Amino acid sequence: MKVDIILCGVGGQGILSIATIIGEASTQAGLYLKQAEVHGMSQRGGDVQSNLRLSTDPIWSDLIPLGETDVIISMEPMEALRYLPYLSKQGTIVTSSKPFVNIPNYPDEAELMAELDSMPSVVKLDIESVAKDAGNARGANMVLLGMAAPYIEILSVEQLRKAISVIFARKGDAVVEANLKAFDCGVAAASV
Amino acid sequence: MTKKLLLGDEAIALGAIHAGLSGVYAYPGTPSTEITEFIQTNALAKERGIHSHWSTNEKTAMEAALGMSYAGKRALVCMKHVGMNVCADAFINSAITGVNGGLIVLAADDPSMHSSQNEQDSRFYGKFAMIPVFEPSNQQEAYDMMESAFELSERLKEPVLMRIVTRLAHSRAAVVVQEPRQENAFSPATDNAHWVLLPGNAKRNYNDLISKQAAMLEASEQSAYNKKEFPMVNRQSSMVNGKKLGVIACGIGYNYVHEAIGDTLNVLKVSQYPLPAKAIKELAAMSDALLVVEDGQPVVEEAVAALLGKGYTVKGRLTGDLPRTGELTPDSVGAALGKESSVAYGTAKNLAGRPPQLCQGCGHRDVYGALREIIDEYPDARVFGDIGCYTLGALPPFKALASCVDMGASITMAKGAADAGLHPAIAVIGDSTFTHSGMTGLLDAINENSNITVIISDNLTTGMTGGQDSAGTNKYEAICLGLGMNPDHLHVVTPLPKNIPAIAQLIRDEIVYKGVSVIIPRRECIQTAARHAREKRLKN
Repeated sequence: MKVDIILCGVGGQGILSIATIIGEASTQAGLYLKQAEVHGMSQRGGDVQSNLRLSTDPIWSDLIPLGETDVIISMEPMEALRYLPYLSKQGTIVTSSKPFVNIPNYPDEAELMAELDSMPSVVKLDIESVAKDAGNARGANMVLLGMAAPYIEILSVEQLRKAISVIFARKGDAVVEANLKAFDCGVAAASV
Repeated sequence: MTKKLLLGDEAIALGAIHAGLSGVYAYPGTPSTEITEFIQTNALAKERGIHSHWSTNEKTAMEAALGMSYAGKRALVCMKHVGMNVCADAFINSAITGVNGGLIVLAADDPSMHSSQNEQDSRFYGKFAMIPVFEPSNQQEAYDMMESAFELSERLKEPVLMRIVTRLAHSRAAVVVQEPRQENAFSPATDNAHWVLLPGNAKRNYNDLISKQAAMLEASEQSAYNKKEFPMVNRQSSMVNGKKLGVIACGIGYNYVHEAIGDTLNVLKVSQYPLPAKAIKELAAMSDALLVVEDGQPVVEEAVAALLGKGYTVKGRLTGDLPRTGELTPDSVGAALGKESSVAYGTAKNLAGRPPQLCQGCGHRDVYGALREIIDEYPDARVFGDIGCYTLGALPPFKALASCVDMGASITMAKGAADAGLHPAIAVIGDSTFTHSGMTGLLDAINENSNITVIISDNLTTGMTGGQDSAGTNKYEAICLGLGMNPDHLHVVTPLPKNIPAIAQLIRDEIVYKGVSVIIPRRECIQTAARHAREKRLKN
C-alpha cells in the first residue's frame, strides 16, 4: 500500500510542521518514506510545496509523478489548485477555504471556489477560524492535518496524534494539548 | 541497526562525522547549507570539537579544508555549485598538491535553478581537476559514500568531489547509520616538494596525477555504487520505440528510471566517476541504443557518445529525448522510456504565480523605498544588485535593479559602468556578500576614486539562506576605513519607513559627490530578530 501526498501553501504557513508530523508517524509505523521539501528563496512569501510519499514497499522517486497524488493538503485554496495535474483521478483535495492574498493578480474568489467545488473530492474549511475557536490561533495547520487524516489511509488517527505529542513534546504539555485539540477539531470537521 | 530520518544534506553531514571528520568549512548556499548547520548542532561533533564555523567565502573554505587535510585530518568543504567557481583556483590546485588526510569537496548543484542563477554541472569540475566524483542516488548512499570517499581520497592521496542535486539535498528518507570511526591522528605532511607548487614540483605532481587516472578508473569499474542491473541478458529484451534500449542512469536519475519501468530494461547505474567504460561497452554491446539519464548538463551523454563512436545511437538531453534544461522529473524520464502519463486533470483556470518577496517589515524594503525615489528622479541612474534576499528588489513593487550576476558584482559593475561614464552608478550589496566578495572590488573603486555610491544593506546576518552568522558583523565601518574610504562619505543609517526621506536625501547628496561613497543601512533581519527573541524567551 502507498499514499502520495502533496503538501502546499505559502511560505511561512507551516507546511513543513505538517510534513514533520507525518514523517514521525510513518517512521514509528515502520513505513518507507520520502519527503521532498523546498528550502531557500521560495520560502519568502512565495508558493511552497512538499512531496510526501509513504509506502509499505521501498520508494524510488523523491518526486510524485503527474496524476498519481492521492491527497493534496493545502493551507491555501489557490495553492491547492496549482497541483491539479499531479492529482490522481480518485484523489482528494483537503484545503483551507480562506485565500491568502499577497499578490495583486489573485483570481476572483467566487470563481476560484467554484473551480475547487467542481472537483470530485474536496474537503475545505476555514481552518484559521476553527483553530481560533479552539483557543489555538497558531494551530491552523494542525486543524488541516486533522481534516486530512481520514485520507492518509496508511496511518491511523491515533498514530498521527502520537506523532504530534512527540514532535511538540519539547515545547511543553500545554502546547501538545493545544495542538491535539486543533487536530481533533479537524478530524471532527472532516467526518461531518 | 539504527535508522534515522534525514535530509540528503543531513545524511552527508552525519556520514562525514561518523567517518571521522575533523572539520567542515563552508559558506552558506542553497541547497548545501544544511550540511554545515547539522554538524554545528550535532552532539558528537560538539563533543569531538569538530570545526564547523562558517567561512567568509568558498575559496577561504577550500583552502582551510586543504590545510586541515595537510595536517593529516579528514576535512569536508561544502558549497552550492556556483561556489565551485569562487574556489576553483584552490580546488584545481588541490589535485596537483594532492592531499594528506582525506578531503571531500561537496558541490550541491541546482538544476532548474530553484535558488540559483545558473545550472552549471559540477561533474565538469571533477573531470577538469581529474579527480574521482561521487554522485549518490539516495540518502543512504549519501551517508555511506562519505566513508568510501574519504577512504578513496586517502588511498589515492587526492581530493574527491561529491556532487549532489537539490532534490537529494532537500529530500528526507530513512538512513541506516554505522558506529562512528575515530578521527585521524594529527600528522602534518612532510613532503614539501609535493606541496610547494613551483613549476618544477608542479610538473612532477601533474604527471603523478596523470599516472593515478588508471587507478581512479579501476575504482569506478569495481565500485559497488556503479551497478550493472542487466535482467534482460537471458530474456527477450524490452523494446522502446522499436529499439532494444539500454539505460545509463546517473545519480538520482536512477530512481526515476525505476519509478517508470521497474526492472524491465537493462540499466547501468552510475554513481562514481570517471565513467566505468568497460561496463558501458558491455551494456552497449547488448543494446541497439543507449539512453543517458542524468540530472544537470549532458556530461555523460557527450562522453558516452564519444566512447561508442559515430555509428552508435546515444539518446539524452542533447537529442531531445529528455528536456535540454531543468531538473529531471519522474515524468520526463517516464516519457523518454515510453511510459504513458496518467494525468487526470489539466492546469487550473484560477491560478496566478506567487513569486517570493521581501518580508513585511524587512529593512531592505526601506532601502528600496528610498532608492525608488532616486531612480524616479534620475532617469540615467542604474542600481547594480547582488546576491541575497535584496535581489528581490528587482521585482514589483520596487523594480529597482539593473543587474544581478554573481557574489560581489554590484560594486565592480557599478565601477566599470562609472568608468564608462554612467552616472549615477549605485551598487546594492548585503553585508555577508560584501565580505564574501565585495571588499576587493571596493578597494579597486577607492584606489581610483570611482564615482559610485555603494549601499551595504546590513541586516547582521546571511539572511537568504536562513540566518547564518555573517563574517563581518560589527566590522563594516572599520573594513571600509581600512580599505581607504574617506570618512566624510561613509554613513550608517537605520532603514525604517520613517527614515526613508532622510536616506533618500543622503543618497542624493552622495550622488553629487564625485568619488566613492558608502552608505550602510543597518537593522537586524526580522527573521533572525524573531528567532533571537524566541531563544531569549526559552532561556528565561
